[in-house]
Amino acid sequence: MSLAEAAPMSPKIVVPSGARPLLTVEHLTMRFGGLVAVNDVSFAAGDAEITAIIGPNGAGKTTLFNCLTGFYKPTVGRLSLDHGERQFLLERMDDFRIAQKAHVARTFQNIRLFPAMSVLENLIVAQHNALMRASGYSVFGLLGIGGYRQAESDAVDWARYWLEQVNLVDRADDNAGDLPYGAQRRLEIARAMCSRPVLLCLDEPAAGLNPRESAELNALLTYIKEKHQIGLLLIEHDMSVVMEISDHIVVLDYGSKISDGTPEFVRGDPAVIRAYLGEEEEDEIPPEVAADLAGEAPPGGEGEGR
Amino acid sequence: MAVEAGKRAGSIDGVDLQALFKEAGLAAFVAFGLAISVVGVRTVTIPGGLGLEYRWEWVVIAVAAVFIGRFVLAFRRETRSPARRAEREATMDRIGAGVQKVARIAGPLLFIFAVALPWMPFSNRYIVDIATLVLTYIMLGWGLNIVVGLAGLLDLGYVAFYAVGAYSYALIAIHFDLSFWICLPLAGLFAALFGVLLGFPVLRLRGDYLAIVTLGFGEIIRVVLLNWYELTRGPDGLSGIPRPSFFGLPFSRRVQEGSDTFHTFFGIDYTSMQRIVFLYYLILALALITNFFTMRIRRLPVGRAWEALREDEIACRSLGINPTNTKLTAFAIGAMFGGFAGSFFATRQGFISPESFTFVESAVILAIVVLGGMGSQIGVVIASVLLIGGTELFRELEQFRMLAFGGAMVAIMVWRPRGLLAHRDPTLRLGAAAKGGGP
Repeated sequence: MSLAEAAPMSPKIVVPSGARPLLTVEHLTMRFGGLVAVNDVSFAAGDAEITAIIGPNGAGKTTLFNCLTGFYKPTVGRLSLDHGERQFLLERMDDFRIAQKAHVARTFQNIRLFPAMSVLENLIVAQHNALMRASGYSVFGLLGIGGYRQAESDAVDWARYWLEQVNLVDRADDNAGDLPYGAQRRLEIARAMCSRPVLLCLDEPAAGLNPRESAELNALLTYIKEKHQIGLLLIEHDMSVVMEISDHIVVLDYGSKISDGTPEFVRGDPAVIRAYLGEEEEDEIPPEVAADLAGEAPPGGEGEGR
Repeated sequence: MAVEAGKRAGSIDGVDLQALFKEAGLAAFVAFGLAISVVGVRTVTIPGGLGLEYRWEWVVIAVAAVFIGRFVLAFRRETRSPARRAEREATMDRIGAGVQKVARIAGPLLFIFAVALPWMPFSNRYIVDIATLVLTYIMLGWGLNIVVGLAGLLDLGYVAFYAVGAYSYALIAIHFDLSFWICLPLAGLFAALFGVLLGFPVLRLRGDYLAIVTLGFGEIIRVVLLNWYELTRGPDGLSGIPRPSFFGLPFSRRVQEGSDTFHTFFGIDYTSMQRIVFLYYLILALALITNFFTMRIRRLPVGRAWEALREDEIACRSLGINPTNTKLTAFAIGAMFGGFAGSFFATRQGFISPESFTFVESAVILAIVVLGGMGSQIGVVIASVLLIGGTELFRELEQFRMLAFGGAMVAIMVWRPRGLLAHRDPTLRLGAAAKGGGP
């Protein structure tokens, strides 16, 4: 298998801004029995960019994430992650190897922290692999020789840095399960970042947050992108988050990609409006969009009925 | 007031007595059904075989006790406000946390007490023997605590590793004539190997399914030991297992030509207590090694990964933790300590047979871990002392011993469903410096 050959196979898939593609998804299809959850989706996510994946409920966004992070094995398709010096074909890797070797971190739609462990411990567990090496796979650590002590204090410093970013330093020694909902969401992002990812996948990070918390989240994600120069992949329903911080939006509907481009492009894309608003509710569509729609498809058509 | 009382016949302080009577009556009915067969009839030997003796007064006593007990319990439940209940739970939690704090001071005290025990004025052979037994279970509890308490893998067949350790020690010692100090690590290694062997196929399973498979594994080991007659001598058991020596000095009365024994080397008189006390210190040392190891590994990445795995396996995968390896290490290390305890058991008894490794042993060890509070080291100590020491001390109760045992378990499950000491301290803290003005 030659990874170098694999990359230039489909030159058409590019990032709209022209940035270097970090993640390239080609013809991804995921079937569960007769149900096609993701249908031939291709797109590229740029390095140091925020790529949002949006779409109505059941559009296949989380399935796409689960394929990316190895929790599902895609039926068809290629998922290549390009670090610059190394390339990884994610569809061939186990879930924990994707996190360990390819450095893809993720958060979950329903928060998955380690509730009975302290906030700090949550962040230290995220640095497991580096610490494991430092402790000589526990052998030297048990005997108290080698540089484990130093490695652990470095890990705590790194955790403290992320606690500062998510504003949780004063809760560091509390159990993660005792935090309020919004803080748990922030902690999950901090935990993912503690594993030093090159691609961070966030599954609805703004779900259940109030407007102020949403604004803070926007600032945090933008900070991560600009300061740490990593790619972010974001599933989100909250359009105030999506439109404000995304560099690139991919829209899914019924498992298929219906639009792909900059926020401005997607906002005006008739296919997106159709998917989100449906065609019956014409009165809610702004007049200029309605005029566009009239040219594309007859109003009130049966084709898109749901 | 009078009108109120008249409306609801038979109610005190707003408690519906009728419902309470109904509840107590139902409980008494169930008790009646059980009591008839359990205490109502008794087999006695009569000339020409077995006969039945009827003890109806016992049935009446049991039913009356259940009726009154249930009524009092229900009445207290009704009259007590939920706020007080929550308050009591909070108090119990505070006690748990307090004991954990005290444990830091009490731990060394307990250790000094354990070291000094054989030299205490009140101690005798019986007490040292019980203490040895309790320490064996403490060690087994600490070993199982790694698997169940830390890694969250419910293992109902822990006794299998105990058996593997005991038999491998016995077989190696008998056939190869190696000393205790060489056989011990080998037996531990064998047990760890079995831990890995069991671990591989069952890693995908969780919760109840894992429990059932480990239960089966425990039985398989026992049945193999019972039937592989050429190796294990089956139900006859293995006897003549070499006793441990004090660095090559055996504990025996008779002195062989050209060699020393413990008492001749130190120039003291021979007493049979010497070996008993030596065995006591041996298991104390082994248990302390287990404890030290567990405390240490909890603070290492692998220990934190075990706990994280117990909390959420999916999240662990998403952070790049290899769940297979992590679970296998937990199984192997837990099994290894079980194997050490097994070797100690074999060398102490001098005789082992599959009888000693039944499911009940697994259940007792698991009960120690669960009652003590999952993951709590000092909890295991307290639970072992209560369960093992307690049942030994209450031998006078004869057949009601197990009843007391069961009653204690039910009481703890009612009052402390998460175990006696279910308080967990973080393995590392950010430190007070970072806390600032926060509480």
